[in-house]
Amino acid sequence: MNAATPVLSVRNICKSFGGIHAVRDVSFDVGAGEILGLIGPNGSGKSTLFNCILGQLRPDSGQVSVNGKQVAGMRACDLNKLGVGRTFQMLQVFPQMTVLDNIILAGQEHHGNMLTRLFGPPDAGLTEEAERLIEFFRLGHLRDELAGSLSYGQQKLLDAAMAFMAGPSLVLLDEPAGGVNLTMLASLKERLKAFNAERGTTFVVIEHNMEFVMSLCTRVLVLADGAIIAEGKPEEIRRNSQVIEAYLGG
Amino acid sequence: MPYRMILILLGIVALVLAPLSQGNYGIYVLCSWLIFSIAAMGLNLTLGYAGQVSLAQAAFMGIGAYTTALMTMAGVHWIFAAAASMGLCFLVGLGLGYPALRVQHHLLAFVTLAFNTLVFLVLRNEEWLTGGSFGIVGIPRPSFFGIETTKQLSFYYFTLVVFLIVAVLFYGVVRSPWGRAFKALRENPIRANSLGVDIRRMTLLAFAIGSALGGLAGALAAPLVQFIDPPAFALVHSLKLLLMVMVGGAGYFFGPMLGAALVTVLPEFLRFTEGYYLMIYATTVLVLMVVCPTGLIGLGKRMVARFRPQRVERGDLKQGAQL
Repeated sequence: MNAATPVLSVRNICKSFGGIHAVRDVSFDVGAGEILGLIGPNGSGKSTLFNCILGQLRPDSGQVSVNGKQVAGMRACDLNKLGVGRTFQMLQVFPQMTVLDNIILAGQEHHGNMLTRLFGPPDAGLTEEAERLIEFFRLGHLRDELAGSLSYGQQKLLDAAMAFMAGPSLVLLDEPAGGVNLTMLASLKERLKAFNAERGTTFVVIEHNMEFVMSLCTRVLVLADGAIIAEGKPEEIRRNSQVIEAYLGG
Repeated sequence: MPYRMILILLGIVALVLAPLSQGNYGIYVLCSWLIFSIAAMGLNLTLGYAGQVSLAQAAFMGIGAYTTALMTMAGVHWIFAAAASMGLCFLVGLGLGYPALRVQHHLLAFVTLAFNTLVFLVLRNEEWLTGGSFGIVGIPRPSFFGIETTKQLSFYYFTLVVFLIVAVLFYGVVRSPWGRAFKALRENPIRANSLGVDIRRMTLLAFAIGSALGGLAGALAAPLVQFIDPPAFALVHSLKLLLMVMVGGAGYFFGPMLGAALVTVLPEFLRFTEGYYLMIYATTVLVLMVVCPTGLIGLGKRMVARFRPQRVERGDLKQGAQL
């Protein structure tokens, strides 16, 4: 992989369900350190595209590569080991485990092998690193609480923190702002920006909250009817007549 | 925690002293409890920790018991026969785990139920190997460095040693990253997979390790009774093992031991009620499951939470409601 290789490259992805073309010939690249926003009205194909990238759906045609490696059809666990973290639209924490255990779990599969994970230390040597990440996401005071006892916003933060534990080069966030109150939303945005600045992690974010997208992302890509209708900096997207029409109808 | 360590040591002392005041039958019941605890620990890993429903644990006890019986009667030492039983059950458990990759919950229960029935039929019909309905009689008890276990008391201590070794190893597994991955598999397999946990591998391992412990329990049951026949490993015993795990508390380390005690020992204590003991026993289990589905350990935790005020304030509450 040379320096110019995009972290994520999507080429000519098409996906249909029966007669419905959910994604039509979508291509884009995401460079290292970028924060790409993926927006569009309901039914525009964002989630289908996300699922094609993450291997949960097999595209009818097209290719997806991460750091130059083809990932089409790859299992989610293998994709994660390749350096891809993700969050889900719905909350996905482990409610009966503590915050610390949730975070350690998110990193343990990247340390050692099956035997060292059986005979090695119970925390896989990750407690310090996990505590740093918990502090980074300002959840330090909840370290030993069960994840299920946290507020919705705190669980969203934990969910995001888990995606970062393994030190991914690319993180895909599916509606991270959904259902989060304004205070927590500001905290989440600030933490994501800080992570991006400190570690150069690349993000792809699907989000309906325009304010959140426009203030977080460095580039925005707009989908409508399964195809890309606009691409550019947030301020350009705000003024784009095609985007306004797609959202407001015409 | 030191107080927990003290409790465990007291428990071990109680286990060592328990058979001294008992006759042969009492020691037999205690041996049964230890053996069923091992089998229930295996099921607890598969069901309680990894969340995979299995109604086939008695079948694995059967495979282990018959393998050990056949090998020890052919002159092989128990230790090798037990290792072979565990190995065989591990491999068969791996095979049984494959359907779990495709079906879950009640459908998986039916798959494992069918497997238990299949094993029962093989044990009953393949007379040339298993003795069929007549079973196998005269299974020898092992000796170690000249120490015989033919007497009931010595066999109890032999079973106790095996039980303690299994309990320590089991504790190591559930506390390790494997244990964390098993719990993640139970709570949210899709998220676990997205975090790098190979859920296919962990599902198969949960079945294989749980089955191997079932095999070890069978390897101990054969020389305990010195006679085995197919009905001892029929579906009803898998249901009994499931009951042990559920009554004790699925997903808790001590759950299956407590559950096995309730299922094997309590009926003996209730015998003084003569014809009513099974009714009292069934009612006790029914009430417990309705009142506390998380089992005896869950009930204990609820009682502790109710009567002991929370001493630790939840961290974020100190900061007020801004979160």
